[in-house]
Amino acid sequence: MKLRAYTMVIALVVIWIYFQIRTGLFLYPVNLANLFKQMCVTGVLAVGMLLVIVARQIDLSVGSLVGLAGGIAAMSQGWGLGASFLSAIVVGLIAGAVQGTLVAYAEIPSFIVTLGGLLTWRGMILYLTKGETIPVRLPVFRSLGIALLTPVSGIVIAAIAIGFLLWRRRFIAAILAGVFVAMMNAQGGVPLPVIVLVAVAIAAHFLTQHTIFGRYLYAIGSNPDAARLSGINSRRHILIAFALLGALVGVAALLHTGRVGSASPDAGTLMELDAIAACVIGGTSLMGGRGKVAGALLGAMIMASLDNGMSLLSVENATQYVIKGIVLVAAVGFDMAGRKRFQ
Amino acid sequence: MTTRLLEMRNISKRFPGVLALDDVSFDLNASEIHALVGENGAGKSTLINILGGVYDYDGSIVVANDVAIVHQELSLIPEFSIAENIALGREPHRHGVIDWDALYARARRVLDQLQLKLDPHTITGTLGIGQQHLVEIAKALSHDARILVLDEPTAALTDNEAEVLFAILERLRERGAGIIYISHKLGEVFRLADRITVLRDGRAVSTDAKSSLDLTTVIARMVGRDVTQFFPTSAREPRDVVFEARNVRGVSFTVRRGEVLGIAGLVGAGRSELVTAIFCEGGEISINGEPVTIKHPWDAIAAGIGFVTEDRKRYGLLLDQTVLMNETLAAPKTDLATAERSMRELRIKAQSIDDIVGTLSGGNQQKVVLAKWLLTHPKVLFLDEPTRGIDIGAKQEIYQQIDRLASDGMAIVLVSSELPEILGLSDRILVLHKGRITGEFDRQSATAEAVMACATGHAA
Repeated sequence: MKLRAYTMVIALVVIWIYFQIRTGLFLYPVNLANLFKQMCVTGVLAVGMLLVIVARQIDLSVGSLVGLAGGIAAMSQGWGLGASFLSAIVVGLIAGAVQGTLVAYAEIPSFIVTLGGLLTWRGMILYLTKGETIPVRLPVFRSLGIALLTPVSGIVIAAIAIGFLLWRRRFIAAILAGVFVAMMNAQGGVPLPVIVLVAVAIAAHFLTQHTIFGRYLYAIGSNPDAARLSGINSRRHILIAFALLGALVGVAALLHTGRVGSASPDAGTLMELDAIAACVIGGTSLMGGRGKVAGALLGAMIMASLDNGMSLLSVENATQYVIKGIVLVAAVGFDMAGRKRFQ
Repeated sequence: MTTRLLEMRNISKRFPGVLALDDVSFDLNASEIHALVGENGAGKSTLINILGGVYDYDGSIVVANDVAIVHQELSLIPEFSIAENIALGREPHRHGVIDWDALYARARRVLDQLQLKLDPHTITGTLGIGQQHLVEIAKALSHDARILVLDEPTAALTDNEAEVLFAILERLRERGAGIIYISHKLGEVFRLADRITVLRDGRAVSTDAKSSLDLTTVIARMVGRDVTQFFPTSAREPRDVVFEARNVRGVSFTVRRGEVLGIAGLVGAGRSELVTAIFCEGGEISINGEPVTIKHPWDAIAAGIGFVTEDRKRYGLLLDQTVLMNETLAAPKTDLATAERSMRELRIKAQSIDDIVGTLSGGNQQKVVLAKWLLTHPKVLFLDEPTRGIDIGAKQEIYQQIDRLASDGMAIVLVSSELPEILGLSDRILVLHKGRITGEFDRQSATAEAVMACATGHAA
């Protein structure tokens, strides 16, 4: 596990250095800020996806659900910002809970349920918007995806974070936090969506590592029979995991819609694949029981770095898909070769 | 005056088409180890599952205390630490947030009580299988249950680990616990138990104090018939060498036509690894004096090697496929008539050759694995733990098949953890210890004591 984590960090550093050499501006604060803004949506989705994957489930519907939740948020702007934000999260939560119920209680495989969801949610948003794109009019909504914190508030947050990390003796993380805020301030400030992602990640890390609910998700994914024999209510846990993922999809939909500035009916297409890829590259096992929030974030960052770097190099869209596909399969291939648990 | 901890009276359980338990009564006292023995299918698991609340039943059960059951299959999360596994399902917490200090303190207390020298922070999956079983037992005991049920607890333990377990059980008995001990290994049963109950065909045949019983009586009651001729041994004259392995994982040996070569050793001695390596990776192998190159199991099969693997459910069978499909998996050109003849010859009890293998009993499943390899017409047949977890009747049929095949001129390599089996069937015995041959015996010179001495590395 340790070795694998270092391999992925090294891979990220290699990718960054390569793009820096080729473009000459990849590691500049302005571009890094762009990179982090880009990874926020995938990052939030990947964190949510982690919850269901460690429980040996999958959710293929998150891309469509980003479209649906973002569209409904844009359509309900007339009732005010609170209603708009709440509607996205509630829509996500309900959609997730419905899928979770079908998986956990009707025992339909999650692959099928969420494949159905992928079609259903996309169809619903096409119907609701009649295929039209809805602009974001509320300034705060818009700023959620792009606004920068003032440098002072960035420093305050950095101070709190560094203090906490030093207390927990995470020295490298403390240095990285400091460097990060300094670089972001150098180009105007820390992007707001990054703060949202960090908050989501901290909450999810705590949930998965320090609560009974989180540990049971791992137990259910690793050995369902053992979990059952230990008195764990697997069904309820799986349902809640899907509902939480749905709520996080709502958050991601707000970030995405705010950043783009409008809700289009095809928003979020293929995002489920980025989220799953981020988890898997970050060491999450599709067989359940393995994977951490930090890994999922690392995976999201690798995916975003590839996107960003290849765009800077003006690599054609077609080539980008091929390269991302190869990276994904290769990452898992190295992982399997490194693991070789049997024989 | 003894305290009753458990009283099961007139328990009956009917599954569709089968009366699994027929008016069984069973009780357990404090400070007692009560062994439950019987062939597979005798109803032991059903009785335990009823006690564990898995099935409903007819009859009455009075329990004085919590019941903790250690199942045969591991119910651990390999990614979790030992402490998390011990606490699983009962974590100390505040509003759903785990109290790690309390959790680790509790695990340490349980491990100390059992005098297990394990670090509770260790990730469970990194432990050996035997130690994992000890963690499983620690988990069951952490529930403060005074009634403990152990289902084949030593199946995967080495002798040393089994000794640790026995010491733990004896200490628990001294402290007033009641233990139901289920095992196929009658040696253990006679060593530990205060009373022994024999189940056969869903009925409790007898419950007696150990002092009034002997091994032959118990076996006779389990089987329901006399077991004098347990190991068939036709007079055989091993002929020329068929198979030779030179320096495979540092081990060299030969097998001759019509010979049963037993490979004895403790769990972890490298016996399965040796035969698996020959079959999957090869090495310096010759068959009938001709060197053969083996890079993959298909080379081995083509060269005339058959390999009845251990753990039939994992390595041997497609459980949701038919008998026919399984029998012909390694020899796909077999015609239906041949497959059916093989099914009859091995006396596989199934309605038809299209029955799903997973629905057969363990003994019949094992016979299907044997049939699969016989249909490849091997010159040499490796058998790895061919009778594990099957009942005595089926064991005897497998023994007869081994004897018949050897008499017909096949070369057989038998790997088994059951010493009586090795001693009873082999013409010649190799003993492995830590991957090396530490002893070789012929039938006349082999005794249990001498073989065990080599297996434990204590040979003179």
